[in-house]
Amino acid sequence: MKYAEKSKWSLNRVLLLLLFIALAIFALFPIVTLAIASFKPAQELLRNGLNLRLDRDLLTFSNYTNLFSPKEHYVTWYKNSILITFTFTLLCLLLSSMVGYAFAVYKFRMRNSLFALVIIIMAIPIEIIMLPMYKLSISLHLINNMWGVILPFVVAPLPIFFFRQYAGGLPKDFLDAARVDGCTEYGIFFKIMMPLMAPAFSSMAILQALASWNNFLWPLIVLNSTNKLTIPIGLSTLLTPYGNNYKILIAGSVFAIIPVLIVFVFFQKYFIEGMTAGGVKG
Amino acid sequence: MSNTNTPKVTQVKQTSGSTSMSSLLYSQKLAPYVFVLPFIISFSVFFAYPVISAFIMSFQEIVPGSTKFIGIENYKELWNPTFLKAIKNSAIYTALSLLLLIPIPLVLAVFLNSKVMMFKNFFRSTLFIPALTSVVVAGTIFRLAFGELEGSLMNTLITSFGLDKQRWLGERWLGMMTLLILACWRWMGINMLYFMAGLQNISKEVYESAEIDGANIWNKFANITVPLLKPITVYVFTISIYGGFAMFTESYMLWNGNRSPKDIGLTIVGYLYRSGWEQNNLGIGAAVGIVLLAITMIITFVQLNLFGLFKKEE
Repeated sequence: MKYAEKSKWSLNRVLLLLLFIALAIFALFPIVTLAIASFKPAQELLRNGLNLRLDRDLLTFSNYTNLFSPKEHYVTWYKNSILITFTFTLLCLLLSSMVGYAFAVYKFRMRNSLFALVIIIMAIPIEIIMLPMYKLSISLHLINNMWGVILPFVVAPLPIFFFRQYAGGLPKDFLDAARVDGCTEYGIFFKIMMPLMAPAFSSMAILQALASWNNFLWPLIVLNSTNKLTIPIGLSTLLTPYGNNYKILIAGSVFAIIPVLIVFVFFQKYFIEGMTAGGVKG
Repeated sequence: MSNTNTPKVTQVKQTSGSTSMSSLLYSQKLAPYVFVLPFIISFSVFFAYPVISAFIMSFQEIVPGSTKFIGIENYKELWNPTFLKAIKNSAIYTALSLLLLIPIPLVLAVFLNSKVMMFKNFFRSTLFIPALTSVVVAGTIFRLAFGELEGSLMNTLITSFGLDKQRWLGERWLGMMTLLILACWRWMGINMLYFMAGLQNISKEVYESAEIDGANIWNKFANITVPLLKPITVYVFTISIYGGFAMFTESYMLWNGNRSPKDIGLTIVGYLYRSGWEQNNLGIGAAVGIVLLAITMIITFVQLNLFGLFKKEE
């Protein structure tokens, strides 16, 4: 009886393992084919599309050297992306953590109604207000400017929600003690609470940086001169009705994933926490 | 939470008149408003104002230099086959992606969480990797893999099974299928993670006492796991609906920027983008936005009733 049960489990185990191996292949396969394609000449891609064939004689690094050639804009896009991602993440974390903290720690008039607004913003697709936002950005001189990409979304509802949950779970007994010692309200936040919220900052930093790095629709609308574009927008301009510049597109795509993969390998835990943050009920 | 009755510091500081402004700024009464100020500003400028002006714009004809009210003309004009097709495409995409991306990740999460599963962390991370790619990169991969050419990945695959090569992005249902495969590829891992996070909150004792009562695996799944995962399921359901109806970039990337044959890949946001930016018809574009808002609000309302969230305590 016991033996039978054990062997039954091992059959399940094998089946489960096979299922997940198949899924892992499904997940990785497209990225691997893209990586392979980045070492093939572009004509080969035009002729055959994406596939796993790898002809040794055709192997080339020219797609990558091309990325850095001065007549291409890829390096500029990369710099823009880094600058926007960095600035956006920094500001977003600072402002959202302040707001979330206030919701969690203080009792003040309008607290509940303001927090309800946070939830409402989360529940409304931003695509709805894209057009008026575009008009507004024109009148605020934010078009074709990195601040136009950053400012409208820098106080983000999800991080506010997350920081509120996190700060709400922290002990608050020592806040009064700190006040008696002459610490100001702002001192309490910056010197005491911020360090305590470090894990929340890590998760949110990763979530926001990834979202900013991959962001598409709004930057597509706001940015329009070639030297201002971010990587995703720049890459998408390579697809035109008159022909596609696969050379830059493929190698550029691979090169854009690499930093994300590196960060993922080292900070997996925060990735997973950050990405599933919305589902955390508190 | 009664830290409002400790205004010690402020009282000490309120000694001279010149410092009263700064002491007010530092007071415990004002501090929370200073903290939430960024939200108030950002909400008014970048949310409330655009929402209100979207409403107003949707009743206007806006051409460079002149703006005039035209009543519901914009909405009347939206009653055309192309926009109805866009709504239909978005609705079908949303419905099918819900059908695929809720039950499957839920079951996978249960599998991955089971005692007999090996290499849990490895699989969890691997299935998560597609979510790291941008839609631009993912779209590039898929449009190449689902190309019309005989040598493309998908055509090589199906011709090896003896089937004819297909124009994947040229036919309605094949195009929809490509969009759905892309959605599954990017979201399967994340949704699975959501459900795994939910599973972590179910205590083992519940299962153990069910086992004592003679429950089999199926009983446990249907009567414990699924009901207890309800909050997380509602959450995933909600974000998937919004994501589905707001889908645009995937189609933009697969069909060379909003240009799918016979509009097989046109979505509501695609139509908004087309009328607002490509045809520069801001009034119509704003009206499309309001229609999308109405759709999401109806869905939210139905869903809240369906899941009984109105009856919830609090």
